[in-house]
Amino acid sequence: MSVQATTPSSAPITLERTVVKSWKAPIFFGIFALVALLAFGVFGREGFSTFRLSTSYDLIQIPDISLPTRATGWIIGILLLALTALSAWIVNQGRKTPLWLTIVFGVLFMVGFLTWTSAGSLLPVPGLLIGAVSLSVPLIFGAMSGVISERSGVINIAIEGQLLAGAFTSAMVASITRQPLLGLVAAMIAGVLVSFILAAFAIKYVVDQIIVGVVLNVLVTGLTGFLYSQVLQENAALLNSPPRFERIPIPGLVSIPIIGPVLFNQTIIVYVMYITVAVVAYALFRTRWGLRTRSVGEHPTAADTVGIKVNMTRFINVSIGGAIAGFGGAYFTLGSVGSFTKEMTAGAGFIALAAVIFGRWDPIRAMLAGLLFGFATNLQSVLGIIGSPLPSEFLLMLPYIVTIFAVAGFVGQSRAPAADGKPYIKA
Amino acid sequence: MSGEKSTEVQPEQAPEPGQPGTEVMQEEREESRFSVALREIMSGSAVLSVLSVLMALVVGGILIALTDPRVQEASGYFFSRPVDTFSAIWDAVAGAYTALFNGSIYNFRREGFDNGIRALLETLTQATPLIAAGLGVAVGFRAGLFNIGGRGQMLMAAAAAGWVAFALDMPFGIHLVIALLAGMAAGAVWAGIAGFLKAKTGANEVITTIMLNYVAFYFLYWMLSTPGWLQAPGSNNPKTPGMKETAVLPKLFGDRYSLHLGFLLVIVATIFVWWLLNRSSLGFKFRAVGLNPSAARVAGINVDRMAIYVMLIAGALVGMAGVFQVLGPVTTGFSAGIDAGIGFDAITVALLGRSRPWGVFAAGLLFGAFKAGGFTMQASQGIPIDIVLVVQSMIVLFIAAPPLVRAIFRLPKPDPTTRRPKNIQGKKAVVTK
Repeated sequence: MSVQATTPSSAPITLERTVVKSWKAPIFFGIFALVALLAFGVFGREGFSTFRLSTSYDLIQIPDISLPTRATGWIIGILLLALTALSAWIVNQGRKTPLWLTIVFGVLFMVGFLTWTSAGSLLPVPGLLIGAVSLSVPLIFGAMSGVISERSGVINIAIEGQLLAGAFTSAMVASITRQPLLGLVAAMIAGVLVSFILAAFAIKYVVDQIIVGVVLNVLVTGLTGFLYSQVLQENAALLNSPPRFERIPIPGLVSIPIIGPVLFNQTIIVYVMYITVAVVAYALFRTRWGLRTRSVGEHPTAADTVGIKVNMTRFINVSIGGAIAGFGGAYFTLGSVGSFTKEMTAGAGFIALAAVIFGRWDPIRAMLAGLLFGFATNLQSVLGIIGSPLPSEFLLMLPYIVTIFAVAGFVGQSRAPAADGKPYIKA
Repeated sequence: MSGEKSTEVQPEQAPEPGQPGTEVMQEEREESRFSVALREIMSGSAVLSVLSVLMALVVGGILIALTDPRVQEASGYFFSRPVDTFSAIWDAVAGAYTALFNGSIYNFRREGFDNGIRALLETLTQATPLIAAGLGVAVGFRAGLFNIGGRGQMLMAAAAAGWVAFALDMPFGIHLVIALLAGMAAGAVWAGIAGFLKAKTGANEVITTIMLNYVAFYFLYWMLSTPGWLQAPGSNNPKTPGMKETAVLPKLFGDRYSLHLGFLLVIVATIFVWWLLNRSSLGFKFRAVGLNPSAARVAGINVDRMAIYVMLIAGALVGMAGVFQVLGPVTTGFSAGIDAGIGFDAITVALLGRSRPWGVFAAGLLFGAFKAGGFTMQASQGIPIDIVLVVQSMIVLFIAAPPLVRAIFRLPKPDPTTRRPKNIQGKKAVVTK
């Protein structure tokens, strides 16, 4: 470099590019590929695994697929090794392992695992997927709430509280008015109220955001629990029997094999979820609001200098996040369960938080993470029915262990927005 | 303002009492000292804490009154007989808080001192694990680490201590010590995982500890439902057998009262944490890392290693709470819900105690009183114990935001020169210059 600097008249200066090669992904792939090859192939179980791909209600019937368990294990193991080699080659070229490769790897591994675990029995694939989507709906709404507020620099640990408040309010309002749509509106208002407290304390009174979030979760848990025992239980017929949303099949799309009934025969809440994810993903990276949000979350001082009202932006974003999470909370009462019970969110808000981080604060990735967690939770209950060689508790642990791996660097350094969690004080 | 300000600075420079000085000056200083003292008391954290507790109790009272069926009935004819409504409100709220007092401090309904005082001892029993776990969380706070994994650490500690207590045979005394150490070690290891990941990969400890909570829960549940691990022999329930007599924490005042040796251990733990944070060089490093990691690194402190040490100590303290749960008041075996939410309550205890050891001790006593009284309130007045959660979280919210409380009660602002930084975690705010 110094030689070039002293001879400016010579050939055009070429900048040195530092290429940081991270071998984490190929290493992790390699470990999982070896596990697959050994467990599913070399020491695989004998017999046949049958996958049921369509239910009797479907328009297009697909016959059940029967695979020889051990041979499939071998093939999948070898395919996974090939993918590992591909990943290693890509990294060696100085590029990062692309997301699609990770997804393909994960799906293949899961197919191998399912084949291994369902040796000699029948696995209902549609039931597995429908349940997975159903379980991930509140997670994805919660994750969107987290993404929006954390991108603007406010850590949202109160997702759990927002979901719970939404679930409670929607159940109560929908029961009284017999109008599930009004219940949805009420759920959004409840979510906004919770996030309003978060915003007021975190932004106006500069209290540590994690503290406010944790305390808000306790507050909402206590409040809804108290009101449930004291009011809802006394008069459950009037206050806690909301009408549920009907499933609306979308004509045409619903007849797509396998995916159709899973994705396009859902309640209105799930369709709103698709739209929400798309809108958030577009708005965050393609609109003025998104640019302002990200700048406030990355460098509030710079944003302030160019005239963006930092705290106002944060206030608005946290409120939008609360509305989205409240909406997602309504899914518990109006979509799946049909009535409110104490602490019915059962930690979904914390998993949503994990999905935000696993998804690296990106709406699409966060949605995929939410789906993964929903799938893993549902896998456990389905495998519990067909009987699995692995204890169901270990399957239930899986999403959490995966998240720990993810946070520890499997998904690359997951970096939060630079000003995440730091209050902005204009001096 | 400026006149007052100059007098505030004066006491530092002013001559000591007894040294020569004009009488007028002396008098003026006395007066200003009094006003300064008054201001300090009114704006100090003690008054703020008391007001926060009062406000939270008022909010709780409003909730109780609003949901009381008799109040609702009487408010139906409010305009014809308003007195009925007010007396119903008074009955509901006073009844609830009297029950809370009876259940937590001294029960005047019972005859004799030895029956009445049982309430206070119950409070101390409830406070014991809260203080231990609160200390663990507080140590983390002081080093800038947010340990939400109290639940997982308690469960693992309970599993280890429980196994030692029911599966091994040892003489009295030694058995208890071994069980206690095993539990604390298990808690330390479980928290240490999060510390290790933080140090080696920079993984956010908030997320890893939350995830480890779930892993611990399912792991414990598996152990409880698998014969040969923790499950009671000949049973299908996910529950352990009873603890052996030699490992049980002895009762302090005889079998009539539930207070056990753990309370004394918690006092020792509080003294230890106070010594650790305020007197030891390791504690100094912890606090340095918590206040400013970059400065601490420049000063030669190994920030990464401190994360591991902090989590190990925090986990051992939280693990102590887990041991108290299995060897304390109930020793007939435990199931997966043994943590009883203490891991999360510990966070609010640590926040309320402002992460100071004796503050945590006091906050633990307060929350223990709420817990003990809450059960009585639920039993005698039919008020769900969840109200205690509302009051507790309100207290912490109010205490965390002194400007809010000051604005409500129109208290004077504290002197900015002596003000401690508000952020408990010592996170830096972005300030434009």
